[in-house]
Amino acid sequence: MSEHAAVGKLKEQFAGAILEVAEFRGETTVTVQKEEIVAIASFLKQELGYNFLCDLCGVDYLGSSPRFMVVYNLYNIAAKDRLRIKVPVAENDARVDTVSGVWATANWHERECWDLMGISFNNHPDLRRILLPADWVGHPLRKDYPLQGPDRAPYQGRLS
Amino acid sequence: MATTETMTINMGPQHPSTHGVLQLILELDGEVVKKATPHIGFLHRGVEKLSEYRTYHQVIPLTDRLDYLAPMSNNLGYVLAVEKLLGITELIPERAKRVRVIMAELTRIKSHLVWLATHALDIGAMTVFLYCFREREAIIDIYEKISGARMTSNYFRVGGLSADLPAGMEQEIRSFVATMPGHVDTYEGLLTGNKIWQKRTIGVGRISAEDAIDIGLSGPALRGSGVDWDLRRDNPYSGYEDYEFVVPTSTEGDTFARYKLRLDEIREACKIINQALDKLQAGPILADAPKICLPPKKDVVNTIEGLIHHFKIVSEGFKTEPGEVYQGVEAPKGELGYYLISDGGNHPYRMKIRPPSFVNLQALPQMVEGALIADVIATIGTLDIVLGEIDR
Repeated sequence: MSEHAAVGKLKEQFAGAILEVAEFRGETTVTVQKEEIVAIASFLKQELGYNFLCDLCGVDYLGSSPRFMVVYNLYNIAAKDRLRIKVPVAENDARVDTVSGVWATANWHERECWDLMGISFNNHPDLRRILLPADWVGHPLRKDYPLQGPDRAPYQGRLS
Repeated sequence: MATTETMTINMGPQHPSTHGVLQLILELDGEVVKKATPHIGFLHRGVEKLSEYRTYHQVIPLTDRLDYLAPMSNNLGYVLAVEKLLGITELIPERAKRVRVIMAELTRIKSHLVWLATHALDIGAMTVFLYCFREREAIIDIYEKISGARMTSNYFRVGGLSADLPAGMEQEIRSFVATMPGHVDTYEGLLTGNKIWQKRTIGVGRISAEDAIDIGLSGPALRGSGVDWDLRRDNPYSGYEDYEFVVPTSTEGDTFARYKLRLDEIREACKIINQALDKLQAGPILADAPKICLPPKKDVVNTIEGLIHHFKIVSEGFKTEPGEVYQGVEAPKGELGYYLISDGGNHPYRMKIRPPSFVNLQALPQMVEGALIADVIATIGTLDIVLGEIDR
């Protein structure tokens, strides 16, 4: 399968920041350095037309290093085209620059990512918990957070 | 000396017009909203966390409970994502795809009926509420006959459907769809030319196309601002490319425009259902993938392979190869996306749901700031949110 058109342009512009390009089931995922994410996001929006941020989320790969990934699912409304950007985030420095200045919709997505995954966003305008109460301790979507919640008997069902 | 102070009030979480447990902190200057801050999460059930402890099939009932007004759209997005992950999208039989489209479009009508009913009720039009729920009841009856449940259908399966349509169902759907456009005309007769309705909706909750894209609006809320984007047409799935339909858009970007557009969507949905019924042929309803789809009952009781496959699929589920996919579908409320990551096991390593209501609600503060408090009610209605999928 031929390379995604945006990948070539990204490589041209941010040669040093592209860590990996993966193809799976016709979808392209580009892993980039987290220091460059705002510059890359702006470039993708301004120059390549990825004007719609569908989704932003954190993923916990407990046991591997770096532990977290922040995933940006982008869409180009004019070209009807999808692209996925991923940013590795280390556990001891779980912070990424916010892209809410590029796509305003990232605001709530990043709050959710902080709330449930514990990845913080630099320069975010309003980084509060969004789904859980403000005094909640811990981040439930982390793999080391028990399914039943803290201080309760472990899940007795079949862990498939 | 007279001083003016703003007043802060709570709207919700127990307020009938917030469509569920949504809390809005409103800062008011008289009747004018200075600032609106939504608080959500009262209905958070941890669906994404739960899904990491369930086999792929066990996740389907969880998806019913996201947007509980449109369960089959949620099922559809999820099973399409898993099928893409498995690489069996091409194997889905024609009949299963058509039935999925029929049910997804009926679900769109069902969801839009609740939207119109509650939206009109909030603004003061009681009759429309009763009419819409009457028609919705017919769809719920169809749901019940097909899936056994009136709301949480759990009908689609990875690879196809859980059961074929019952006898006589095609005719029942056809006769319902034949009456629906007439009902829409009735609603229009009650509302479109109604001066009160016009005063309450025209120019209310206006948002420009640029702002709408930036804040991530999708579905009818985005098309109301003039962005011609519909995933069914632009990134077709489940055979939507086979059907002729118009994607209604409007450039006004206000509550009235979104109202007209959703009614047109009901009419278009009827057309799609009719085409799908015309093209519906007898045939298998599950993909020919014995390691993924349950075998027919006669094979389970008569053949050793059938018995083994049945046992393995029920007890252990199926495994997928490591990878990640994103599947977006045009749910009644906007783009519903499922982002699935597999580590090669029999359950999702991570499932992220992109709920359209969550993102659409984010636009509420900018749409109501500077407006009257009564317009907040109209704007919540026009955004068509469901807290079940916002809080997940």
